[in-house]
Amino acid sequence: MKKILIGFYAAALSLTSSVALASGSLIEIPKQEWSFQGTFGSYDKASLQRGFQVYKDVCSGCHSLDLVAFRNLADLGYNEDEIKAIAAEYTVEDGPNDEGEMFERNAIPADRFPAPFPNEKAAAASNGGKAPPDLSLMAKARHGGSDGDGADYIYALLTGYTDAPEEVPASTQRQFTGLFDFLSYKLFATEEEKKPIMEPLELGDLSYNEYFSGYKIAMAPPLSEDAVEYSDGTPATVEQMSADVSHFLMWAAEPKLEARKNTGVKVMIFLIIFTLVMYAAKRKVFAKVH
Amino acid sequence: MSFKTNNKVVQWVEDRLPLISMGHHTLYEYPMPKNLNYLWNFGSLAGFALVTMIVTGIILAMQYTAHVDMAFNSVERIMRDVNNGWLIRYIHMNMASFFFIAVYIHMMRGLYYGSYKAPRELLWQLGVVIFLLMMATAFMGYVLPWGQMSFWGATVITNLFSAIPVVGESIVTWLWGGFSVDNPTLNRFFALHYLLPFIIVAVVVLHIVALHTVTSNNPLGIDMKGPQDSLTFQPYYTIKDLFGLGVFLMLFAFFLFWAPNFMGHPDNYIPANPLSTPAHIVPEWYFLPFYAILRAVPDKLGGVIAMFGAIAILFVLPWLDRSKIRSCKFRPVARIFFWIFLANGLLLGWLGGQPAEEPYVALSRIATAYYFFHFLILLPIILPMIERPRELPSSIHEAVLKS
Repeated sequence: MKKILIGFYAAALSLTSSVALASGSLIEIPKQEWSFQGTFGSYDKASLQRGFQVYKDVCSGCHSLDLVAFRNLADLGYNEDEIKAIAAEYTVEDGPNDEGEMFERNAIPADRFPAPFPNEKAAAASNGGKAPPDLSLMAKARHGGSDGDGADYIYALLTGYTDAPEEVPASTQRQFTGLFDFLSYKLFATEEEKKPIMEPLELGDLSYNEYFSGYKIAMAPPLSEDAVEYSDGTPATVEQMSADVSHFLMWAAEPKLEARKNTGVKVMIFLIIFTLVMYAAKRKVFAKVH
Repeated sequence: MSFKTNNKVVQWVEDRLPLISMGHHTLYEYPMPKNLNYLWNFGSLAGFALVTMIVTGIILAMQYTAHVDMAFNSVERIMRDVNNGWLIRYIHMNMASFFFIAVYIHMMRGLYYGSYKAPRELLWQLGVVIFLLMMATAFMGYVLPWGQMSFWGATVITNLFSAIPVVGESIVTWLWGGFSVDNPTLNRFFALHYLLPFIIVAVVVLHIVALHTVTSNNPLGIDMKGPQDSLTFQPYYTIKDLFGLGVFLMLFAFFLFWAPNFMGHPDNYIPANPLSTPAHIVPEWYFLPFYAILRAVPDKLGGVIAMFGAIAILFVLPWLDRSKIRSCKFRPVARIFFWIFLANGLLLGWLGGQPAEEPYVALSRIATAYYFFHFLILLPIILPMIERPRELPSSIHEAVLKS
């Protein structure tokens, strides 16, 4: 209840008074090239399969993927038998049976990926008090709304575990007292004065990540060189694994992307013809008007 | 009415219910000014958007579950497992924005060409009612997926009513159906989100009845004086509207198929969590100018009054603008101030998306003050003193021949 009240207070505050500029807004996420971008973009199946392997071998230890079912893996290029085999590696709870007991069985393609923890409290308790978020929609739930932005974010985050600096930009940057103050700052402030306000970095149990809002992340660096052994022989560098798992998570978040772009091309061709015909008809009809 | 038929069945119906002749009159022989430009396409485009929203919305409602534990996943089920569900949902999401784009252009057209002046005052006011109903519908629709922005947007906006003195808190509790935004809130928002579009349809019918009584305004702002000034709706404006629809849909398809989440907010793909407030709570883009006005006033109640006042002022606009000349074509000074007003509105929209800190707060205050200055001082007091309108052409026909 108290937290709810704090939430309401924060919401009311954001309406009426000034909110500190989050240091997150100083962070720029670098753009990457993805095969699913652009007019005819489509997923790279080999990358999706490698990304799935990274998820399975690394991420799934802590992160759930609640919205994805094993049957969906057909999109990655696996056939029915392969999907059955993958599903069979997992056990899920089912029931109650005729005796009224819950029982465990091997997963089938119709099941969704089982979560690593029975509930959010358990997930938080095993991870230093912060539950690892579900990854099903991660690629759409971060950073902007355009094609592949979220994949850029995931890639940046996974490759952003660099050596921690002594100090980082502070969460509260320079606040202006009014329009005049702002203008005089813009016009007359020296380069020195325009540098962001820094504060010393105290990590505690957290890790430094140059792309995470606030720079301190509860997730320890998840990937290291050769953390997985790719079945297709691709060298498993951190960059390669990050790119593959970002690709995979983009698919998990937007599985209908290819259908969307294919439909779009057809609809657009129809609309261009329709509009041209209507324009010609309009010209003809109005030719007689003076 | 010039409707005649030799078909006995049609005549039999016609003698008992004049539906066909009404349709004939409305969609066929209805006289339109012959000098309309493409800005007159946006009324029918808004109508098209409304129908699209209702059709896709009914289909979505068949798959959606209005419950706090299930709403988010039911939307994701539509996106993943329902046949073409992603298409229906993305159409609904993006057409909401395009509905507002069409309506904003439609309103700006009305402002520039003085379409709110006598005898079109009621026509204009019905339009403002539609705009208000649209805003309420869009707000409640945005709550339904039950993402983070849904929940916190609903919390912030419903909390506005707590600014009302004495009864404010009780009204908020009554709106919520409890002591916080929760399942009863989601349920009633779904019920109302389903209801309001049909009320919009009813007001649109009144809007069109009023339109057909007073006929369309036109870029010259002078009345049609005879058949030489007008064209029948069919084929001239049916074909022109269809061409406009094609262009509109191409732009729409670009967003729908290649940037469907561009106008949304990524936080709404995170399930609602009452215990975690997003860093910035931002409404949908079409509310931003009014959100900026709300935040510009340091006092909460004052902000709410200013925000609703910004829309309420449109109701009395026909009497605030005292010039008898409708079109800004013949109003050299009003025309300049129209563009300043438009730029100021866009500035307000941009400011509404910025964090509530300087210099944005100061700029919001200036822009808000200008918004009200335009309606309360410029139009009724200053313009009548300084503006000398140009001479009006004697008829539409004559003006068209000259150009």
